[in-house]
Amino acid sequence: MPTAKLRGLMRTTALESIHTQAGARLVPFAGWNMPVQYGPILDEARIVRSKAGLFDLGHMGRVNVHGPQAEDFLQKLQTNDASKIPPGRIRYSMILNEDGLTQDDILVYRNPKNDGFFLVINAGNTERDLEIMRTTAKDFECEVQDRTADTGMIAIQGPLSEQITQRLTASDLSELKYYAWMDTEICGQPMTISRTGYTGEDGFEVYVPAGHEADVWNAFLEVGGDDGLQPIGLGARDTLRHEAGMPLYGHEINETTNPLEAGLDFAVKFTHDFTGRAALEAVQQKGGTGRKLVGMTAASKRCPRQGYPIVHDGKDVGAVCSGSISPTLGTNIATAYVPDALAEPGTELQFRVREALEPCVVVPTPFYKRSR
Amino acid sequence: MRPDDRQYLKSHEWCKIDGETATLGITDHAVAQLSDLVFLDLPAVGASVTAGEQYGEIESVKAVSSLYSAVSGEVLEVNAELPDNLEWLSEDAFEKAWMIKVKLTDKSGDLMDAAAYEETVKAEQ
Repeated sequence: MPTAKLRGLMRTTALESIHTQAGARLVPFAGWNMPVQYGPILDEARIVRSKAGLFDLGHMGRVNVHGPQAEDFLQKLQTNDASKIPPGRIRYSMILNEDGLTQDDILVYRNPKNDGFFLVINAGNTERDLEIMRTTAKDFECEVQDRTADTGMIAIQGPLSEQITQRLTASDLSELKYYAWMDTEICGQPMTISRTGYTGEDGFEVYVPAGHEADVWNAFLEVGGDDGLQPIGLGARDTLRHEAGMPLYGHEINETTNPLEAGLDFAVKFTHDFTGRAALEAVQQKGGTGRKLVGMTAASKRCPRQGYPIVHDGKDVGAVCSGSISPTLGTNIATAYVPDALAEPGTELQFRVREALEPCVVVPTPFYKRSR
Repeated sequence: MRPDDRQYLKSHEWCKIDGETATLGITDHAVAQLSDLVFLDLPAVGASVTAGEQYGEIESVKAVSSLYSAVSGEVLEVNAELPDNLEWLSEDAFEKAWMIKVKLTDKSGDLMDAAAYEETVKAEQ
């Protein structure tokens, strides 16, 4: 719960007073005072799956990288192959340490005009990431610019996102592919927009010049209100990303996990010399770490929660990374690292809540996939 | 102002003492902060509770919170219908949504009256 003492140290987005007026409950998140919900969390998740929801993502870290060696710098910094990203396209990637352990998961955007890159990083890791970037950048002719304070970020997610967003956007959004971005005009102002998100639905993220956040937010609600567009808090966002099988830093991934055991090898390309490559190759040669990240469902009344032990044959074999009540599946869902031998879908496990053991079963992920 | 016929803990539980019996519950402020309640775990009749220690758990969509006892003693009665009617907590946290009744042997030294609790809630906002 927020205390008066903490509030003074917290950062706020340009939309804080709008959220408060809308009746949102704001809580400290990664050093920011952020709306966790405007109404019941499960209802908010359902609105995004069936219609569309609007999210304030002002807390996410936003960084520009430019200069003659910007690409070389990125090849060192992160695991995906930046040289293979065409202008205007986006890739999911990781920042590792020398031990191959995860410092952050990020999105790498190559500018539509091919004049540099843009990175979106986790709010809770922004300071550490910037430090890693500035240290790494010393060996390259490039500049790293923290843009978090002078831009806003607003997402619209859900099946009606395109038709609603089109009403405010000068360019034809049907031409904007998934994980692509473009420069356009939104609400008559020059802005960039990407077809990305963290919910498993179609949708967009808009990068808003400082000072225009409230105009864009209100314009979305005005043109989308009749379609059911509503503001959605970070509580539902977490449920939605978990259903969609997307990892959250501090839960599925952290500085004790590597991307191979997390099933994120698609974001790791051994084509370039990134920090942590040698350690990851050593893990690969050994045939893995002996454990894997799996999804589980649990029909129990109690929801599995982060840290609850996973039990097999009376022995603790892992711990829950994230647990959610899934309104879309109508059951509880959880993720956990378990020994390779217990990672097959169908494997019956238990989780422990206080003294009780509750059944759960390994299932394929993502838990939810939208029909396209 | 919240009911002044009872006492409060900083952790947002209330406790109403009538002779040797204490009735325990959580405040409307706690209910509002928890929001979206989905599960309540209460002790059985005959269990013993200890002042300042956890006697149950309440779960919302996003989190599990401990219920702390304001008193020590044996559980005499449990509001057995409450776990299946969690909306009572939002409707009437101070009467209908009582949680347990305890045969009092001791009470917490940290209990405050309604006016002091009001200040605690204000300081959080």
